[in-house]
Amino acid sequence: MNDAGMIYVHIPFCVKKCDYCDFVSGVCEKNVQEAYFKALKEEIVKRSESAPDKRVGSVFFGGGTPSIVDAGRIKDILDLIRVRFEIEDDAEMTIEANPNSVTSDKLKVYREAGINRISIGLQSSKDDELKTLGRVHTFKEFLKTYDLVRTAGFSNVNIDIMSAVPGQTLDSYHETLKTVATLNPEHISAYSLIVEEGTPFFERYKDGAGLPDEDTERKMYHDTESILKEYGYERYEISNYARPGYECKHNMGYWTGRRYMGFGVAAASYDGSGRRTNTEDLNEYIGGNWERETIELSETDKIEEFMFLGLRMTRGISKSGFKEAFGKDIYDVYNVQIQKLKDHGLIVESGERIFLSKLGTDVANTVMAEFMF
Amino acid sequence: MDRDHIRNFCIIAHIDHGKSTLADRIIEMTGLLTSREMQAQVLDNMDLERERGITIKAQTVRTVYKARNGEEYIFNLIDTPGHVDFNYEVSRSLAACDGAILVVDAAQGIEAQTLANVYLALDHDLDVFPVINKIDLPSADPDTVAHEIEDVIGIEAMDAPRISAKNGINIEEVLEAIVNKVPAPDGDEKAPLQALIFDSLYDSYKGVIVFVRIKNGTVKRGTPIKMMATGATAEVVEVGYFGAGQFIPCDELSAGMVGYITASIKNVRDTAVGDTVTNAENPCKEPLPGYKKVQSMVYCGVYPADGAKYPDLRDALEKLQLNDASLFYEPETSVALGFGFRCGFLGLLHLEIIQERLEREYNLDLVTTAPGVVYRVHKTNGEMIELTNPTNLPDPSEIDYMEEPVVNAEIMVTKEFVGSIMELCQQRRGRYVSMEYIEENRALIRYVLPLNEIIYDFFDALKSRSRGYASFDYDLKGYERSELVKLDILINREEVDALSFIVFKDSAYERGRKMCEKLKEEIPRHLFEIPIQAAIGGKVIARETVKAMRKDVLAKCYGGDITRKKKLLEKQKEGKKRMRQIGNVEVPQKAFMSVLKLDNE
Repeated sequence: MNDAGMIYVHIPFCVKKCDYCDFVSGVCEKNVQEAYFKALKEEIVKRSESAPDKRVGSVFFGGGTPSIVDAGRIKDILDLIRVRFEIEDDAEMTIEANPNSVTSDKLKVYREAGINRISIGLQSSKDDELKTLGRVHTFKEFLKTYDLVRTAGFSNVNIDIMSAVPGQTLDSYHETLKTVATLNPEHISAYSLIVEEGTPFFERYKDGAGLPDEDTERKMYHDTESILKEYGYERYEISNYARPGYECKHNMGYWTGRRYMGFGVAAASYDGSGRRTNTEDLNEYIGGNWERETIELSETDKIEEFMFLGLRMTRGISKSGFKEAFGKDIYDVYNVQIQKLKDHGLIVESGERIFLSKLGTDVANTVMAEFMF
Repeated sequence: MDRDHIRNFCIIAHIDHGKSTLADRIIEMTGLLTSREMQAQVLDNMDLERERGITIKAQTVRTVYKARNGEEYIFNLIDTPGHVDFNYEVSRSLAACDGAILVVDAAQGIEAQTLANVYLALDHDLDVFPVINKIDLPSADPDTVAHEIEDVIGIEAMDAPRISAKNGINIEEVLEAIVNKVPAPDGDEKAPLQALIFDSLYDSYKGVIVFVRIKNGTVKRGTPIKMMATGATAEVVEVGYFGAGQFIPCDELSAGMVGYITASIKNVRDTAVGDTVTNAENPCKEPLPGYKKVQSMVYCGVYPADGAKYPDLRDALEKLQLNDASLFYEPETSVALGFGFRCGFLGLLHLEIIQERLEREYNLDLVTTAPGVVYRVHKTNGEMIELTNPTNLPDPSEIDYMEEPVVNAEIMVTKEFVGSIMELCQQRRGRYVSMEYIEENRALIRYVLPLNEIIYDFFDALKSRSRGYASFDYDLKGYERSELVKLDILINREEVDALSFIVFKDSAYERGRKMCEKLKEEIPRHLFEIPIQAAIGGKVIARETVKAMRKDVLAKCYGGDITRKKKLLEKQKEGKKRMRQIGNVEVPQKAFMSVLKLDNE
């Protein structure tokens, strides 16, 4: 996708907020949605005017649950983006969808609007686990949705699953993994549950009781890679797996320092020099006060991000890429850290690349923190 | 003014019974200050004192009162520190007075500290008269309190002024009582100079300002003086008396008066509290009785959190010592903590105050090691060493026996808590002395307790076991032979000198186990397993393990998360920077201090 930028559109609406979710999202009235989309369009128009490079290699509708709003609204936004930006021919166009919230009509509109990738939030094939998570669908309902998506002709589909769910066992997780892999999606995101502050889960599980223990959690993580490998999926990032060629371009963009514009409440943007965050306050956003702050990144900020984002990927970072980006040798900056981490077996240096070892992946934060100044 | 019209007195009270508030009212009513000039509580002029509601340094003020008999009297109000740590300062302040006002809370009645201070005052032959304060409180019961004072202390209390210092009720009665009940000072202006030092402070312009009570003789500008105990000599530059918050020079100070002397003295250590000032050319025969060299009761290591701040710490200690002769310090080096100081204090409160002042007034981040007392180590070769740092304990084979300091403790508590307080004293190796009921519902319990059992958290434990009602006072009794051992802590098999401490043999296992548990909580998990061991002479008695870190990874990081996740990593890195490296283990600074609070958990 050469060096084109990316666009992220945040749709903060849900049928019901899940108990573990800490994204800016919630349940909203139709008229609020209407006002929101109006503001969204204004932001896109206004900010596109000052965008120096209008080429776009990927568009991603995230949420919330983008699929619960009228498909027409999504199409409107995409149409506007097409007018205001230059969407590349091979652009990846993703929308997140939850089971029960899509119909064949909606999917048809998505297709017409140019969407070519659907990411479905499943989390588990076990209904009791879905209930624990506060999801509003059953596994059977997911299967129906998945079928609709395939029937509508989408040939690039992601399924989100989750490990370390309260009450989940190694066996039940293996079953979810195998069941999902058997469905043959192009991409699987497998996240280990993070109990985030401010969520109902935090109150319930902050002391760790009721969650699978650490050894089980790690086993789940390691088994994800080995089991999915049997089905032809490769891990390409800490929590992402894909059939060769189906790695998510949009997310790879985040980890490789690509430019992106985020529209909507709480959306983040990066123009190659500053990182902008929009307001998290829905009313403020609707009122036209989109931006919360922009932080200009220094050279060291960028170097740090190059390292800690790049190391998320299985292939790691490229030494020549470092030199190209910053005009200096990576050893002039990080010689001590690289040696130390290599000695501890946390990173591997292989030819042109440096990446996390298996142990290093388990304690990625410890490794990444070493690269912070 | 003649001696008959001078009244030198102090106010004694339990903490919070309203001593400083009454002092404020007296100053206000005697007209030296207008209400507008009054800061709340004029006498406590250190911020820290005001915050904690305690008086640390003795403050003194001279006011003029026109009595009902139409005559003017000079009042020298000598404020006394309110904490057992400063008992010696209290005794010297009392020695400078002729009488004392005993303030008792109308709701709380007599407390342990009240008693201790009254006895101290009576020891100094002061005339003590009571004042019942806080009569405005709904729970006030002045009649009962008056009876209690008569029964327990044995001084007349039925005609005691019943006041509210806070609301200014009946303050004049107190003023008249000062005139009528505090005796005028005696002494002889013509005799050789004999003046008691009851405090001193360092002023960057005047040098040391010495607070004195002239017992005999006269002192003025140009008088050659000599401190009889320290031997320091100087020529008087200025004499004067104490306005509220200011020094007012005068021509001379003579027998019976309270005032200050400056003489270009550079160091407060030359003007020790309790010492006698005399005329170097015409000295008095004997110094005034009661002088004691101030001795540190509690020691601990004080280190800068950032090693580069060592010179700053040294400067700060030097400055604090200018005003606080009881603060002791000497350089010390720890393998774990680097360069720092071993500091000696009068007690735990004194330690806390100094620590807070270093952090607050000098902006220093400190790591302090476990406070300990001074042990006497008798070696087999007959030599005796006073041990202030556990690391310096000689090899056990060279030790004949050891002694530890013990105190006489008085605890006053209501009936219902007697059992649990006695249990606490037993746990702390207390030796029961006596118990008496000072009134139907309240007992005075006496124990002999090892000092090292009360310096950590005894006071907190006392309060929590009596729902805040117990009051406590102690004084040093002396040294007693004891079975003591040095407990060492090993982190990942490396001994950490800064964590070693001396402990009673039978308590060693318990403390060692608690130390290990606490350190296990404080030390973050590493990539490898870390054994934490407590050992006596190389023999491990307790062990905990910090398990190896299995997982430290963020499952997700997309566009919107980057800033937040980066902050997280920065914090992680920052946290590491503030750790102390022990071998290949990173130990948070906090760990060195949290082990001080092992009990009550």
